[in-house]
Amino acid sequence: MIQIKPSIFVRRYETVSRKDAPMSDFLLVDLSRLQFALTALYHFLFVPLTLGLSILIAMMETVYVMTRRVIWRDMTKFWGVLFGINFALGVATGITMEFQFGMNWAYYSHYVGDVFGAPLAIEGLMAFFLEATFVGLFFFGWDRLSSRAHMTVTWLMALGTNFSALWILIANGWMQNPVGSAFNPDTMRMEVTDFMAVIFNPVAQAKFVHTVSAGYVCAATFVLGVSAWYLLRGRHVELAKRSFVIASAFGVASALSVIVLGDESGYALTDNQKMKLAAIEAMWETEPAPASFTAFGIPSQNSRETRFAIRIPWVMGIIGTRSLDRQIAGIDELVAHAEARIRNGIVAYDALEKIKSDRGDTAARAVFDASSMDLGYALLLKRYLPDPRQANEQQIKDAAWSTVPYVPLLFFGFRLMVACGFALLALFAVSLWHTTRETEAPRWLFRAALIAMPLPWVAIEVGWFVAEFGRQPWIIDGVLPTFLATSELGVSDLLLTIAGFTLVYGVLAVIEVRLMLAAIRKGPEIAKVIDDLRPSAGPAMQPAE
Amino acid sequence: MIGYLFDYETLRVIWWILLGVLLIGFAATDGFDMGVGALLPFVAKTDAERRVAINTIGPVWEGNQVWFILGGGAIFAAWPALYAVSFSGFYLAMFLVLLAMIMRPVGFKYRSKRTDPAWRTRWDWALFVGGAVPALIFGVAVGNTLQGVPFHFTPDLRPIYEGSLFGLLNPLALYCGLVSLAMLVTHGAAWLTFKAEGTVADRARAVGARSAIVTSALFAGGGVLVWLGLLGGYRVTSPIDWDGPSNPLVKTVVADGGAWLANFHAHPLLWIVPALGIAAPLLAAAGFQARLEGWTFIASKLGVAMIIATVGLAMFPILLPSSSNPSHSLAVFDASSSRATLRNMLIATVIFLPLILAYTAWVYSVLWGKVGEKSVEKAGSSAY
Repeated sequence: MIQIKPSIFVRRYETVSRKDAPMSDFLLVDLSRLQFALTALYHFLFVPLTLGLSILIAMMETVYVMTRRVIWRDMTKFWGVLFGINFALGVATGITMEFQFGMNWAYYSHYVGDVFGAPLAIEGLMAFFLEATFVGLFFFGWDRLSSRAHMTVTWLMALGTNFSALWILIANGWMQNPVGSAFNPDTMRMEVTDFMAVIFNPVAQAKFVHTVSAGYVCAATFVLGVSAWYLLRGRHVELAKRSFVIASAFGVASALSVIVLGDESGYALTDNQKMKLAAIEAMWETEPAPASFTAFGIPSQNSRETRFAIRIPWVMGIIGTRSLDRQIAGIDELVAHAEARIRNGIVAYDALEKIKSDRGDTAARAVFDASSMDLGYALLLKRYLPDPRQANEQQIKDAAWSTVPYVPLLFFGFRLMVACGFALLALFAVSLWHTTRETEAPRWLFRAALIAMPLPWVAIEVGWFVAEFGRQPWIIDGVLPTFLATSELGVSDLLLTIAGFTLVYGVLAVIEVRLMLAAIRKGPEIAKVIDDLRPSAGPAMQPAE
Repeated sequence: MIGYLFDYETLRVIWWILLGVLLIGFAATDGFDMGVGALLPFVAKTDAERRVAINTIGPVWEGNQVWFILGGGAIFAAWPALYAVSFSGFYLAMFLVLLAMIMRPVGFKYRSKRTDPAWRTRWDWALFVGGAVPALIFGVAVGNTLQGVPFHFTPDLRPIYEGSLFGLLNPLALYCGLVSLAMLVTHGAAWLTFKAEGTVADRARAVGARSAIVTSALFAGGGVLVWLGLLGGYRVTSPIDWDGPSNPLVKTVVADGGAWLANFHAHPLLWIVPALGIAAPLLAAAGFQARLEGWTFIASKLGVAMIIATVGLAMFPILLPSSSNPSHSLAVFDASSSRATLRNMLIATVIFLPLILAYTAWVYSVLWGKVGEKSVEKAGSSAY
């Protein structure tokens, strides 16, 4: 372990003048990050509900097809209306996501497009087409399809939405744990070496299960809350009761999945994932295994300690390593490791410069091949000077410290997310227990379900923040620092688009919430009345019950 | 696996063709949705008429739009340098396209949620913007691509764009925007005559018969501009290494006013493509007059495909020329992904594209038939 003087902790780039950091305009970097955070967080207000509600709707429709009880079709249609209002904004904001890598992150797009682009394209081929082609038929196909065919359409739509989560998390998982790829000095970018490793990246798989389960929790909470509101008012009781049951059962299963199969299992894999875990835990020094879990405390970035810590022995070691004997590295140890990788990265950088000036330099290529895994660490020095080879000791130490994300935000963010998850699990469990009993569920439970409605969104948005802010300073862990990855745009371009997106997204959010509330207030009658009025004509119609 | 049969050169050419397939797929499907959006205020005056027009595309526009999303993803995966340079270079133009296209999903879904006429009129304009603005800007982007765009790379291959939004909106590029707008308005009109009943179809027929002729004339005029050397022209002057690494700093390229015709001169059979680009819209115009709705739509589709294919064939092997540093232009042989990625993506495409085409065809067949005021009324709240 190395001793580091306090002056080094001043690592945030606000303290670095632009003259000292010629490679990038940091305001541009901050604005690009702000824009990505805004558009991604906003998009992700709608996606989780889509993920879960599509499955819940498909389950309701399956019950209808199996039992032929019209109430289940009414439920499918009613929750389908709410699904549609939410889905429209998910689609609208998803358009931005597909293109803003190229718009705001041009160097990133060049640098990793060979690896990162493929899952995105496959997401389109495998998931978006399925989802978007069948969502139209879900709404327009009720009179044109047999009930079985319509149910199949609903399941295909749900499958499509869930597949899209798989591929986007394979892409995101690669940003956290860049497997199956290597830097090619002839094309100056990362290229894929083992696509199967990218697909079966353990971080991606863990993230997929965790994120999709979180979406299911979100939808279960939504259905539970809306149903509880009806039950409190004695409206649409038949529909609300059944919805309440299905939501609480689905909720228990998905909340257990989201907690037990949390994605911290992937945090032991790379140096930077380890750093994220150590930061989440505010674990400044390596502890003997199994490490204790800090339930609460006040971490301080500057004094590198966690005050008022309440520690629970063993828990962290078990969560983090799924073992009793493996150690979890502390921040100090990881910084020392980063410093060694920076020094090796400078060797790689030097070799790469030689290759650039003489493509046939085989000696330089051999050196590069042996050290290229640390090239990204040398790039961290570009925050302080244009040529990493000229870095002094202080700059190397500063760069090593720059691999520590801001601990307090991660520490508290993670705990907020976990608290929401456990609160929801408790709510679902109590709800499910009450639905198995003969007596009416108590009104306080309905009120609790109503109050709990924002919780999954809080947990999900904070969870995104912990995962992506915890990845900093990297855009691709250990490969490319975020501050190098932007487009060469003007600050005014960014300000204009941030203002534009904020304005449009803000207006659309207000409209969406109003429509959603109006549709909930109106309740399911519309669908039912129109059904009753509509002549049951059409050869494909199944005989109504 | 199929990928191993192909060398790097073949994979690059296949992905150049697939790029064209995606762009044509987008324009031929979502193109009519945009055309309907652009025509909405003109072919449908009352709320009932507007609902007819909107519901002809209501169930299908979403799947069609995926061609656009997939186009973005596929360019990212197969042509990362093109993705990086074009979207950051066309930054504010892309921003306008995104804002316009964001209006469509919400416009379609939310318009019918309230009966208030002011509410519906606002969404009608949102749908108009969502159709007309992208239709125009995509053409402007093609115009700029033909002329060349001011950009260069640093030795680290960081793309630096040197132009501005107003540089993009130059008169010749705007001319190409008009070609695109006229083409997609015609396509939207062809769809409406095919799919809608009553007044909406009649008005669309009247517009389409004219806009089809305009499309043909504007496209032919674009050919004249190319012939005069006004719409760019670039030529690779160094030997091409088709199997070489994707590094756009190795070759040399010069600006040459006549170069966009070189492929046609070298392979005269290719003239069929621009000839059909001129003839197919005229056939569509005749189809509108003769009320052969299905044939009109097919002719319009053919016109869209041939007009886009003409641009690609004219520029091959260049993808995006640089006007300020022609040698930094992006070409098929130096802007692609690695061989492994092109192969992996081809395998995914061979598996999924036929499936997509099959289920899309099934969905269209389920939705077969005309949409009129009565059928919209009958569908109740499940219609838009």
